[in-house]
Amino acid sequence: MAMQPAEMTITQPRRARKPWTWERVYPILTLLPSIIAIAVFVYGFIVWTGVVSFTKWNTLVPDLSWNGFANYRAIFQDFRFQSDLRNLLFFTVLFVLVSMIIGLFLAVLVDQKIRLEGLFRSLFIFPMAIAFIVTGVVWQWLLNPSTGVNLILKALGLTHLPKWYVDITIVPSIPWGHIKFGLPLALLAVIIAAVWQMSGFAMALYLSGLRSIPDDLKEAAAVDGANAWTTFWRVILPQLNAVTVTVVIMLIHISMKTFDLIYAMTGPGAAFVTDMPSMDMFQTTFQGNHYAQGAAISIIMLLLLAIFIVPYLTYSLRGEKP
Amino acid sequence: MKMRRVLAASSVVAVALAVTACGSASSNNTSSNASGNTANRVSNGGAKQVEIFSWWTGAGESDGLKALIKLFKKDYPGYTVINSAVAGGAGSNAKAVLANRMQNNNPPDTFQVHVGQELLSWVDAGKMEPLDSLYQQEGWNSKFPKQLIDMVSHDGHKYAVPVDVHRGNVLWYNKKIFDKYHLTPPKTWNDVIQDAKVLKQHNITPLALGDKDQWETTMLWEDILLGQLGAQDYDKLWQGQISFDDPRVKQSLQTLKALMSDVNSDHAAKVWQDASQMVAKGTAAMNVMGDWAKGYFTSDLHLKPNVDFGWTTTPGTEHDFMVIVDCFGLPKGVKHPEGTKDWLKVLGSVPGQDVFNPLKGSIPARIDADKSKYDVYSQQAMTDFKKDQLTPSLAHGAAASPGFLDAANKAINQFVNTGDIDTCIQQLQSAFQQNPPV
Repeated sequence: MAMQPAEMTITQPRRARKPWTWERVYPILTLLPSIIAIAVFVYGFIVWTGVVSFTKWNTLVPDLSWNGFANYRAIFQDFRFQSDLRNLLFFTVLFVLVSMIIGLFLAVLVDQKIRLEGLFRSLFIFPMAIAFIVTGVVWQWLLNPSTGVNLILKALGLTHLPKWYVDITIVPSIPWGHIKFGLPLALLAVIIAAVWQMSGFAMALYLSGLRSIPDDLKEAAAVDGANAWTTFWRVILPQLNAVTVTVVIMLIHISMKTFDLIYAMTGPGAAFVTDMPSMDMFQTTFQGNHYAQGAAISIIMLLLLAIFIVPYLTYSLRGEKP
Repeated sequence: MKMRRVLAASSVVAVALAVTACGSASSNNTSSNASGNTANRVSNGGAKQVEIFSWWTGAGESDGLKALIKLFKKDYPGYTVINSAVAGGAGSNAKAVLANRMQNNNPPDTFQVHVGQELLSWVDAGKMEPLDSLYQQEGWNSKFPKQLIDMVSHDGHKYAVPVDVHRGNVLWYNKKIFDKYHLTPPKTWNDVIQDAKVLKQHNITPLALGDKDQWETTMLWEDILLGQLGAQDYDKLWQGQISFDDPRVKQSLQTLKALMSDVNSDHAAKVWQDASQMVAKGTAAMNVMGDWAKGYFTSDLHLKPNVDFGWTTTPGTEHDFMVIVDCFGLPKGVKHPEGTKDWLKVLGSVPGQDVFNPLKGSIPARIDADKSKYDVYSQQAMTDFKKDQLTPSLAHGAAASPGFLDAANKAINQFVNTGDIDTCIQQLQSAFQQNPPV
């Protein structure tokens, strides 16, 4: 600040057409590092992965000759990748839906002007502070069919104990490609772990949404004679639409990238019932040395994500304009 | 204003640093890759140095590596040793890091790799230097079994020095259970299935398996396959001279399928240590695993060999030795080739092998090592190693290319859950065509 006057006197006469003032250069300079880093390490490597996915680089020796769509055909015909797509679909739908419902439910409960609100709020959010890899290890023990919660269930006298993540049953089992289409029951165990971890996050977002609804609205509804239930469905819930969109997008992208949770908890699973594209990509690339096929899997993952993210981004960017 | 300028300036400097760091990464790697070693800040150009890359981070093996490094420093004073061990994933993390460094022409001075196809895929990629003169000079040609030398050779040149040998075709059993129910170690897989009937009546899992990491079932299958084909035809299968639709290959899958009903139903939730533990605790009677399980029984679970647990070769493989061998070689374009060669000399020497292997729980690759330094199991294994047919393990990268192994793990995992033999054979066959051996 001390330099300001001196600077001003020097630049004053030419102020009208000076193009590079400090005020203009400064933001560019501060943004430059991240722009360069993101350009190289995110977009640069996306392009490179795309290039590799069309090559014949499927051994240790890089072979960048053109292979057309052969890698894509290979992965789509692979029963493992088919299983991945099935698992990803069911995992994403159930994980997002259940996390959202539980998150909203918890948020409404916490919003009841209860005592110790801060305590409960923290309690529900805490799981999010844990790394997925830790969650995976813990739930691997809890839902282990021979050592985990089944011991409690057994003590309670249950005879048909759930097999949790080693259950290879698929419901309903409809032939599809090389595999059976349906919900693999083993996935439910993984979904429980993921929901446990992320529903607190949904709660936090919903809670902030609830808090931003002006009291006038609720009062107006009360004046009109609406009971609590109607107020919630007709007045409060519609106000939370924007939050819901955010929650869905955030959870979808977490679910599509899931790797560590699966890696620690179940691995690809018996008959690949808990496998995910990310897991497949890792093993195809770094254990099988099929670099081009691994790249093709990555590109498919990116495209799947883009289906959800791109409309959201355009929607929110448009929303920001005055 | 001042504060802002400082910020802006520092961010520009940060970019400049990042860019130059990227540019020079290939010529100067020691600071970023040495694991926890800060002693070599000095320029590495002419210094006497050697970087050793491995995945030996577990209890016995990291002790063994330390003992080897100590011996190396005594025999060749003046070297700075960089121990670049990468932990995790039974070597899969290390392999990913290694592939990255090799592709960037930034190889470690030497690296751990399994003999056979896993090593030869690097040789085939033109990344390894031949070591024929070192073999000549050290007289190694007669000190390692010829079949083992063949597994580190390509087109008549030798490319690596084997250090430690593990055996893959071992069936471990709980001795107390066997005594209690008057069972004898099985000679055929049919014996196993017959024993299983007795064991199941007493609520004991006949055969423990933990295949969360997938390779364990592949390993069980390769042992069945070896018993079915015999050593010579087993080799021929991996060389492409016998087809996968050979009736004996089908029979091996049939046996695997039959065995799966005698296996613990939660095998997909367990890893190999869990399976060994089931045998140790007596909830299961038998387990097929490499002889690193012996180290787990004796060191971790404090069991006594021949008292608490017994062992035999997997059925039909009495005269075969499924080898899982780590070796080290000399990559092309390393910064300290002299250091690598001196290190390899220590690795290939009797003292080197005898200081490492007792700690790791493996046996030496040399046939003239000092037997008295090894335990009762290893002494017997050393005798077998000298006279048996050595066969390469599929599950541990020796028999077939990494690409085929990945596909085989997939096919076998699917197979044990669906039981569809024809599909499995077809998948193995097409994977073998797409990923031929070197």
